[in-house]
Amino acid sequence: MQFLIERLPLYLDGAWVTIQLTLGGSALAFVLAMAFGILGTINHWLPRAVATVYVEVFRGVAALVLMFWMAFALPLITGFQLEDRFAAILAVGLNVGAYGAEVVRAAINAVPKAQVEATVALNLSWFQRLRLVVLPQAWAQMLPTFGNLIIELMKATAVAYLIGVVDLTAVAQQMRQATGETIVAFFGALLFYFLIAQVLIFGMRLLERRANRKLGRTPPGGTGLKALLKHPAVSGSGGAGI
Amino acid sequence: MPPSDTPSAETPQGGSGQPQIVFDQVVKRFGDLTVLDHLDFSVEPGERVTLIGPSGSGKTTILRLLMTLEKVTEGHIHVAGEPFSHMRRGGHLVPASESYLRRRRRSIGMVFQQFNLFPNMTVRKNVIEAPVHVLGLSKDEANQRAEELLDLVGLGDKIDAHPTQLSGGQQQRVAIARALAMRPDILLLDEVTSALDPELVAGVLDVLRQVAETTDITMLCVTHEMGFARDVSHRVLMFDKGQIAEEGPPEQIFEDPREDRTKSFLRSVLDNGF
Repeated sequence: MQFLIERLPLYLDGAWVTIQLTLGGSALAFVLAMAFGILGTINHWLPRAVATVYVEVFRGVAALVLMFWMAFALPLITGFQLEDRFAAILAVGLNVGAYGAEVVRAAINAVPKAQVEATVALNLSWFQRLRLVVLPQAWAQMLPTFGNLIIELMKATAVAYLIGVVDLTAVAQQMRQATGETIVAFFGALLFYFLIAQVLIFGMRLLERRANRKLGRTPPGGTGLKALLKHPAVSGSGGAGI
Repeated sequence: MPPSDTPSAETPQGGSGQPQIVFDQVVKRFGDLTVLDHLDFSVEPGERVTLIGPSGSGKTTILRLLMTLEKVTEGHIHVAGEPFSHMRRGGHLVPASESYLRRRRRSIGMVFQQFNLFPNMTVRKNVIEAPVHVLGLSKDEANQRAEELLDLVGLGDKIDAHPTQLSGGQQQRVAIARALAMRPDILLLDEVTSALDPELVAGVLDVLRQVAETTDITMLCVTHEMGFARDVSHRVLMFDKGQIAEEGPPEQIFEDPREDRTKSFLRSVLDNGF
């Protein structure tokens, strides 16, 4: 314990880098998931083909190899070295975005056909249908799976230490090499990953509750802070896994 | 606009202009199933027409074709004297594009059997969103229109409620207000009371009676509510196997049906307690 407390600042620095990678990667993954997920629902072969290519390419590659490629191969081709944190964000974002796109596509397709027919009867344009009716309803469906994906993404950032990013994992490695305290050094990293994950889960649960309230549904387990801390049954459902 | 004593006519009458809706040899097939079989009929502006007939006879499909939720297989639909299912291009009629449909279906509104209110919006939003975004009304104008219409359907106090907090009958009345907020020339009513508990039906029908009495909106109504059909419509079309088996004013159809198919249909409806 003494060991961890003395080295807390180092762990905090590493955790901060891990948080940056997670937030950056999630933001990128979210934008890609929305864009390619929506393309995948358009009733025309071209946008659908574009979406399929993106999903299949980036779902099919390992995040680690993609990261190596961004950090080591890309400079050889373009002559331009990406900042290593940026390369890590790009790799996890592209990879998780591909899973997210499938989630978005499925959630949009799950919006009842009758809802879309009502938007036709009111003569809304394609974009208005999407923005006012389809996405707000699909959103509640996406969130539980997005919650799983963001945790997976956070854990996937751990390989960034292999391209030289000094994240939580890298700090633990350095600590182990410097002191030989293998057990405690890695235990510290585990603890911080766990804490970050808890904060993310809590945040996603807040979003889910809000989304369900907007659809006039009572959040599972009732309202109030106590219900929020309890693990809702829906959070585990429909995970794509990585 | 013809008042309710206008003689119901199958064909447009000289002098009174053109019919509002014309079905010209319309065929609709779903795979091998022919739902509408070379159907011809027309509806005058302001006319209220009730479509009756056994299920599967194509009544609802007619409404869905007019709402552009389905496309014709053969034949043409004209609305207000202009092609509707098709558009003119180089002297020919070609299937209508999405942007053409978007221009043309503006004059048509629809109320669905299952209400189809948007659960992600309050009652107010359900009613104002399309007038604001499609018709370009200001928020204030749209709100005012929504308040008037919700008063009309007796739900002025529910304006900030959520659809899930309303009964089926209340939801359907909101759906009627939502359709009317677009100021349609033609209102399509697709079995609007079939999904309701019996005690909620009357409230919805009262609202529709009021709309019929106070406006000159053309109404096409698919219903099993024969009393309502009789009170409100100028003309009843009896469908069977994708064609019109019989048509006439409601008194004649209900009291003195000439076709055996109409007689047996009306008997079965009455036997089932409608």
